[in-house]
Amino acid sequence: MSIMDHNGGSVVAMAGKDCVAIASDLRLGAGAMTVAMNFEKIFPVTDRIYLGLTGLATDITTLRDRFRYLVNMFTIKESRSIEPSTFAHLVSSTLYSRRFGPYFTEPVLAGLERTPSGGFKPYIAGADLIGCLNFAEDFIVAGTASDKLFGVAEGLWEPDLGPEDLFETISQTLLNSVDRDAYSGWGAIVYIITPEKVITRTLKGRMD
Amino acid sequence: MECSFALTGKDYVIIAADTTAARSIVKMKVDEDKIKTLSPHLLMAYSGESGDTIQFAEFIERNIRLYHIRNLYPLRPQSAASWIRRSLAESLRSRSPYTVNLLIGGFDTADESPHLYWVDYLGTMASVPFAAHGYGSYFALGLLDRYHNPDGSLEEGLDVLRRAINETAQRLVVAPGNYIVKVVDKDGTREIKL
Repeated sequence: MSIMDHNGGSVVAMAGKDCVAIASDLRLGAGAMTVAMNFEKIFPVTDRIYLGLTGLATDITTLRDRFRYLVNMFTIKESRSIEPSTFAHLVSSTLYSRRFGPYFTEPVLAGLERTPSGGFKPYIAGADLIGCLNFAEDFIVAGTASDKLFGVAEGLWEPDLGPEDLFETISQTLLNSVDRDAYSGWGAIVYIITPEKVITRTLKGRMD
Repeated sequence: MECSFALTGKDYVIIAADTTAARSIVKMKVDEDKIKTLSPHLLMAYSGESGDTIQFAEFIERNIRLYHIRNLYPLRPQSAASWIRRSLAESLRSRSPYTVNLLIGGFDTADESPHLYWVDYLGTMASVPFAAHGYGSYFALGLLDRYHNPDGSLEEGLDVLRRAINETAQRLVVAPGNYIVKVVDKDGTREIKL
């Protein structure tokens, strides 16, 4: 078993019409033993960007703290909040700075990017543990259930979903994928990001 | 082998740790206290590699004390746990990492709430209602899952702890014989005879 699977956990992000969603399970394990069922893996970066981190839990916490510091410094120096595309490259360069002794996490980020006309465009991206970015128009998956998530998301996702339809799609994708993975599950949390507000919902899942 | 358990209740945290100091298959000592009182309302049970445990626990103890002296008030449990976790996470990627697992229990006097953190040698930290380290965890966690009551009285909490310890004693081949039990609540920390 790889060190990336030691604590378990999965994250998925999806793009909709003028909205994005990101969701994760809540399990923290130590190998096959479940330690906590309230371990959140998705963190707010700005009011329009959320970052999900899968992989080794110690690095999830370390990177959450590190990105909070880096984004705070950016906000102070630039007197503006960071855009998703900029933040994606911040994530990438932070991970690559540890190229030969990496943080064992695969990040997923979801946000709304401001367009020149003043509107918002869905922006989702993922990266591997050394910061190789992966931009997608549809969905990004990561974690111990990523193989299942790919399959279910491929089947359920469709373009231009509204916030409520996107919520249903991402919730069903996540719940049905983690039920087939022993290292993920034990509840889930979903964030729907729209230009007006962020909707947060916790889902009940199978506890076995 | 080393076992430690902890659980929260309505307004307290109980931490229990076995008292054996072993080297290979030999018990060197049977009355070792492996729960440190870090500040007036903060307890930390430590287990792991024998040299590392004491070295790390004393390092944490002195630094938490230093913070208290410098600022005239102690670190809150959340902040203390966060700092301790960071120390372990930084140690993990150093030349000689500390192999120490911790249970950190505290009572936050500011908002009168109990806090319990499960921390392992990798620097993984989880805020939990109950926790265990060592082989005992395989027997105790299921039991705690079934019988733990987050709003229970101290007596109820001690009953659940007794169940966990008894189950471990009954089923674990290398079960420890003795435990030290400590409680932290609004009145501070104290040792309890089970």
